[in-house]
Amino acid sequence: MKGIKVLLVDDEENFVRTLAERMSMRDAGATVALNGEEALQMVSAGEVPDVMVLDLRMPGIDGMEVLRRVKKAYPQVQVIVLTGHGTEKDEEEARRLGAFEYHKKPVDIDILVRDIRRAFREKIEDAMVAATFAQAGDFDNAREILDEDKK
Amino acid sequence: MSRLERFRSLFRTALDVPEEIAPERYRALRRKITLLLTAAAVVPLLILSAINYHQYRATLTREIVTPVRGLVNKTRHSFELFLAERASTVSLISQVYSPAELADERNLNRIFRAVKGEFPGFIDLGLIDENGVHASYVGPYNLKGKDYSTADWYQQTRVKGVYVSDVFMGFRRFPHIVIAVQRMTDDGHSWVLRATIDTGQFDRLIASMGLEPESDAFLVNNAGVLQTASRFYGAVLDQLPMPMPPMTYETATLETTDPAGRDVFITYTYFQHADFVLMAVKPRAEIFKPWTTLRSDLILLFVTSVALILSVAFGLTDLMVRRMRASDERRIAAFVQMEHTQKLSSIGRLAAGVAHEINNPLAIINEKAGLASDLMELAGDFPERDRFRALVDAILRSVERCRSITHRLLGFSRRMDVNIEQLDVNDVLKETMSFLEQEALHRSITTSVSLDPAMPRIASDRGQLQQVFLNILNNAFAAVPDGGSVTLATWLRDPDTVGVSIKDNGKGMSDEVLRHIFEPFFTTKKTSGTGLGMFITYGIIRRLGGDIAVQSTEGAGTTVTVFLPMKAAPTATLGS
Repeated sequence: MKGIKVLLVDDEENFVRTLAERMSMRDAGATVALNGEEALQMVSAGEVPDVMVLDLRMPGIDGMEVLRRVKKAYPQVQVIVLTGHGTEKDEEEARRLGAFEYHKKPVDIDILVRDIRRAFREKIEDAMVAATFAQAGDFDNAREILDEDKK
Repeated sequence: MSRLERFRSLFRTALDVPEEIAPERYRALRRKITLLLTAAAVVPLLILSAINYHQYRATLTREIVTPVRGLVNKTRHSFELFLAERASTVSLISQVYSPAELADERNLNRIFRAVKGEFPGFIDLGLIDENGVHASYVGPYNLKGKDYSTADWYQQTRVKGVYVSDVFMGFRRFPHIVIAVQRMTDDGHSWVLRATIDTGQFDRLIASMGLEPESDAFLVNNAGVLQTASRFYGAVLDQLPMPMPPMTYETATLETTDPAGRDVFITYTYFQHADFVLMAVKPRAEIFKPWTTLRSDLILLFVTSVALILSVAFGLTDLMVRRMRASDERRIAAFVQMEHTQKLSSIGRLAAGVAHEINNPLAIINEKAGLASDLMELAGDFPERDRFRALVDAILRSVERCRSITHRLLGFSRRMDVNIEQLDVNDVLKETMSFLEQEALHRSITTSVSLDPAMPRIASDRGQLQQVFLNILNNAFAAVPDGGSVTLATWLRDPDTVGVSIKDNGKGMSDEVLRHIFEPFFTTKKTSGTGLGMFITYGIIRRLGGDIAVQSTEGAGTTVTVFLPMKAAPTATLGS
């Protein structure tokens, strides 16, 4: 898991720090943001993660809004929602906004790590295919592949 | 006031929303409305009929009695004329001739023959001197010299001047009357001219009335002694076997019963110048013959009308009350279902809230325990590693258990939302069954499951289907004894329909119960059931475009089969 930049966004510090520590034990270094504003600031400051693990219910800017803004600005960022409050409607909405996966707390760390890897792999594959098209001069197709994430 | 109030409350109770469907309420309602409708129609009819009855009767009576009265009046006039003529004749003779001339029997005989020729009925003629002795006499008997000084008629003639006697037989043995006139000579001696008249003339006058054979007419005196023979009430000079009618100088009619027991109308008139009463008797039956026919028609009309009103009132009330009851039932059912749904919905929201709140600390426990485990595994040398591993695993297992509970609570709340989705009927059935696992375990109920593994996904509502299956399973569990069995099966019936059956080996149902199973408020559970389970179940399945069938044998068990379409029905807008 080395080389995957993971950002954990959750207002429950006790939970998110422990999760980060356990992930680092599994060679997945993760940074932590304790609310929506912080997460957005980090991303706009240039620390664009490969995969973002996002809680939905947070004070201030909530997870759904963070998801919407990040996917708009950086469609290549893969977002996995991990929430204790989600309903089916939330799941539907998150997937519509481009969430890669949706989990309810508590989740087995191995499942989470597996999904992070899967998300990363998919992102890389898309980028590679797009790059191949780009190298061949087919920028339309390359852009289309990258844009698909925006939808 | 109180009656008006009661009347109003009658209508109010008919329009109130009842709190429960009690059959007595509808029986009472039916009774009241029928009564009201019937009364409203029959009472005016009754009044109208009664008025008609009496008016017809009065009119008819008048029409029949009036001619009789005229006839009686006319006949009385004839009688009076007859008597007046005779009295005038006697009076005229007494004025034209002196007593001396009349005392000469040759003169008297001549006068008598002339009078008899002009006025039939004269029997004899005689002069009575002031001593009351027959001074001269012409007629069939030898009455000359007879002393009348003490006779009642003589005394009355002396007092009144003119005297008309009642009919009497005397020694002549046939009915006749006496007319006597008193005169005074210039020197103050009084004398009386006396004539006897045959009342055979009376019979002819009565006969000229031309009465029917059942009717009767006769003359009586004021003391009730018959002056002419009567068909039904006796011969001449018999006492009339009826009380005399009240005295009046007008011709009058009264209804009474004669000694023979016949109801009769008596038309009578008192004479003005004689102590006679002319009476005509007609039996009531004869008078009312046309009335009886009319009355039968009237009664027939009334009875037919009442029968018609009653049948319409009953029919209408029956229809009305049945509709009312059906509408009440629907209203209450809808209300109860709404209440039920709302209750479940609020329980669902509460459960969801609790589940969400618990999920976060549960996630922390999960991560902390996980971290503890990670650290332990990474540490090279860790004393009692196995024991700690077991402890952490126990914590993680408990977290997993809590997680399954909170997720099930969330699933319950999810069922409250109306939502058509692609779902696996097998999953829904298994999930529903899991709610009853504890009961099955406690009561040693065997649940066998035979689900078609190749079932396609169908478009339906997960929450509503769960409620359907839960209702049916609850009934199955209630029907089986401890140690009984419940069998679930699913299969693909045809390319568009899946079948789900829930079979139990419980007590089953009679055909009677089976007939009412989908009706609202029908329950066999006495106290614990709302009687809405199967009603709601049926409603949901129909809305989802499916169908439900129940087969049952008393004592052997029940099989409920639900068929669901692969595609959601267009009517699957729930909550409506």
